Amino acid sequence: MKKSALFAAICVPAFLAAAPLAAKTLVYCSEGSPENFYPGVNTTGTSFDASEQIYNRIVEFERGGTKVNPSLAEKWDVSDDGTVYTFHLRKGVKWHSNKNFKPTREMNADDIVFMFERQWKEDNPYFKVTSPNHSYFGDMGMPALLKSVEKVDDYTVRVTLNRPEAPFLADLAMMWASVQSKEYADAMLKAGTPEKIDQDPIGTGPFYLVNYQKDAIIRYKAFPDYWAGKAKLDDLVFSITPDASVRWAKLQKGECHVMPYPNPADLEAMKKDPNVQILEQPGLNIGYLAYQTTKKPFDDVRVRKAMNMAMNKKAIVDAVFLGSGVPAKNPIPPSMWSYNDNVKEDEYNPEAAKKLLAEAGYPNGFETDLWAMPVQRPYNPNARRIAELMQADLAKVGVKAEIKSFEWGEYRKRAQAGEHQMAQLGWTGDNGDPDNFLHTLLGCASAESASGSNIAKFCYKPFDDLVNKAKVTTDQAERTKLYEQAQVVFKEQAPWFTIAHAVQLKPVRKEVVDFKLSPFGRHTFYGVDLKGK
Amino acid sequence: MLKFILTRVSLIIPTFIGITLLAFFLIRLVPGDPIETLAGERGIDPARHEQLLKEYGLDKPVFVQYGIYLSRVLQGDLGKSMITQEPVLNEFKALFPATVELALCAILFALIIGLPAGIIAALRRNSIFDHGVMGISLTGYSMPIFWWGLILILIFSVQFDLTPVSGRIDVLYYIEPTTGFLLIDTLLSDEEGAFWSAVEHLILPTIVLGTVPLAVIARMTRSAMLEVLGEDYIRTAKAKGLSRFRIVALHALRNALIPVVTVIGLQIGVLFTGAILTETIFSWPGVGKWLIDAIFRRDYPVLQGGALLLGVVVMSVNLLVDLAYGLINPRIRHTR
Repeated sequence: MKKSALFAAICVPAFLAAAPLAAKTLVYCSEGSPENFYPGVNTTGTSFDASEQIYNRIVEFERGGTKVNPSLAEKWDVSDDGTVYTFHLRKGVKWHSNKNFKPTREMNADDIVFMFERQWKEDNPYFKVTSPNHSYFGDMGMPALLKSVEKVDDYTVRVTLNRPEAPFLADLAMMWASVQSKEYADAMLKAGTPEKIDQDPIGTGPFYLVNYQKDAIIRYKAFPDYWAGKAKLDDLVFSITPDASVRWAKLQKGECHVMPYPNPADLEAMKKDPNVQILEQPGLNIGYLAYQTTKKPFDDVRVRKAMNMAMNKKAIVDAVFLGSGVPAKNPIPPSMWSYNDNVKEDEYNPEAAKKLLAEAGYPNGFETDLWAMPVQRPYNPNARRIAELMQADLAKVGVKAEIKSFEWGEYRKRAQAGEHQMAQLGWTGDNGDPDNFLHTLLGCASAESASGSNIAKFCYKPFDDLVNKAKVTTDQAERTKLYEQAQVVFKEQAPWFTIAHAVQLKPVRKEVVDFKLSPFGRHTFYGVDLKGK
Repeated sequence: MLKFILTRVSLIIPTFIGITLLAFFLIRLVPGDPIETLAGERGIDPARHEQLLKEYGLDKPVFVQYGIYLSRVLQGDLGKSMITQEPVLNEFKALFPATVELALCAILFALIIGLPAGIIAALRRNSIFDHGVMGISLTGYSMPIFWWGLILILIFSVQFDLTPVSGRIDVLYYIEPTTGFLLIDTLLSDEEGAFWSAVEHLILPTIVLGTVPLAVIARMTRSAMLEVLGEDYIRTAKAKGLSRFRIVALHALRNALIPVVTVIGLQIGVLFTGAILTETIFSWPGVGKWLIDAIFRRDYPVLQGGALLLGVVVMSVNLLVDLAYGLINPRIRHTR
């Protein structure tokens, strides 16, 4: 008897109507917990999204685009040789405060210098705090690029580079360059709890962190003193929901307003729901099959071209991406500036492919391997399935491909070492600059390095000259021309079979106003509003 | 009795060492390391990789690492997560109450339905009710948790709008954790409606997690009951003219419960395994989800510490059950 009374008290439902919200609260069903609130050591979108609301950077990408806009720096000058950047900082930018710390000053040059030095100088007391692995700072080549970062006065910072680098501004708009408070850092260091600045963050951004409960919830409130004006929302909540089908159930019920990464199987139902709209945008990504261009038979461009013609791209993309991908003909996505739409796609033509193979000395085809990633990636939902479809197509022209796979870390390492003959991989853009695809993935420097991302080991001088020239040219019109040419050369040389650009699909409830998809896959809630509240 | 307790406790030490060994070496047999796993497409150059391994103390021979780890554990230091830099013990303390709360509700649910169902099924052997209970419990026992959870969400939350989809409490409420048990914390706070919101959120996960133990308890109670009902002393009791209720409640049930208590103890381990899936479906911030993430990220300290702490909890519960068993069944104490 006692037990059942207890049960009634604990586990019996009472359906109380939730009290109406006084303030505008947007709930975002995020997919996981952030690692911490310091983007300088993060690599996952989940962590970036959590920090995105809190911090600003010197410059920032426009909402929904890849254009670089002023942010903490109001304006900047670049020296004629392209090596000295002088940033003029915005005045009157206020910091958030929290229970550990009340700031006494506004954002100034010290904070900007701290952002660089924390990731750059090993003797900085914060270098190893939270993690010594400043991945993006290293990946974007900062250690080799930066010569000096100086505070000229409180509102001027001068950054000198070792060589001109056109994508530098775009690099600074990336999440790793989020600016933290130097004053807060000093105070926490003194208190003996330096890691606090990454766990209870203080930023200058549109929302401040109220609290975070791991695997449950992140709460933010609009920062009333935000320099660009208070956000239209009052409260922002990340309701952490790891399962995609459960996220969809929550969205349907109105328990959240925006959800990322829908399950492709749920898309039909989502399209039918009158309360939901699906925002769509081709992502800043590419999934490809790389030919090992230094190994026989793929050192012969005719073989590579023949392979490209032997595989039915449209059928593969339709079967595997289920409407969440578009066939790719160029190595850069269509949403990126300098995308060359005049490039002609290799048509699917097994007969012509056979002829070309015979010309190259393989009338009866050959045996090769075909690697497939063991994991789902943003640019490739099912590498294994794609490999099977390719295998079937290749068999028709006499090429016998054996599908191989390894544990993910091992897979990447071996592919970077060039152990494969054909391997699938892909890329998601970091800074919206074509350099980040064409130079990083296809340049000679990256082919020669053991940890480079050029797994085709493609090093072709005419192509490399074009992308290297574009890298040091500041004029964007001129760069566009160079990259357009580079795409033509790429197609002629065919180091990859470009598979697809995955489309970003975002189910959003109709009461959400002005949510913009970010080409980088970020979720930004400044500027977003809720209807009828 | 003291000797009995001491023998049981002394068995804990080798088990404890076994757990540390397993947790430590198994995860290291899996290819990939935390630094590789974080690198993604962009990779990491070998020199930098070496340097970071050294930074985390992962460059030393595995046995040396194990020695260092074990000596730290004995001093009560489980290390820090390689991903969040939070001490493992703190993360565990923050997440464990959620798992316990759910597990307790689930076991309570299983008992309240399973015990009576098993008893009645035994009393009405071969009736429709008996076949029904046994059929349903077999289905419940074979139910894939993930599927079962999603089906319940679709029916009760999406279709009929009776329960919330997931989470521990409505996002409206912010309850500062004092005990970590939300049912208690919401009562302590003066937020109106918070307690009921927490209760609502518990219903579906409780049913999903409680289904397997419920099936096991019902079947176990039935068979234990049937066995006891055939004993001589029951016939004697009947012959004495005792009421049916007295026979069942006082004479039969007490003896039938002995094996059932053991089964409940064993179900604790099953509950923690089930919690991993249940927590993932219902976005329940407990230790199951935490450990799964740690495996994917190769967060060694979290995995080792988490497995160890959970192991200690399961061992303690089993020890308590064994002791309770000794209490309710004096034969156990005297057999050695």
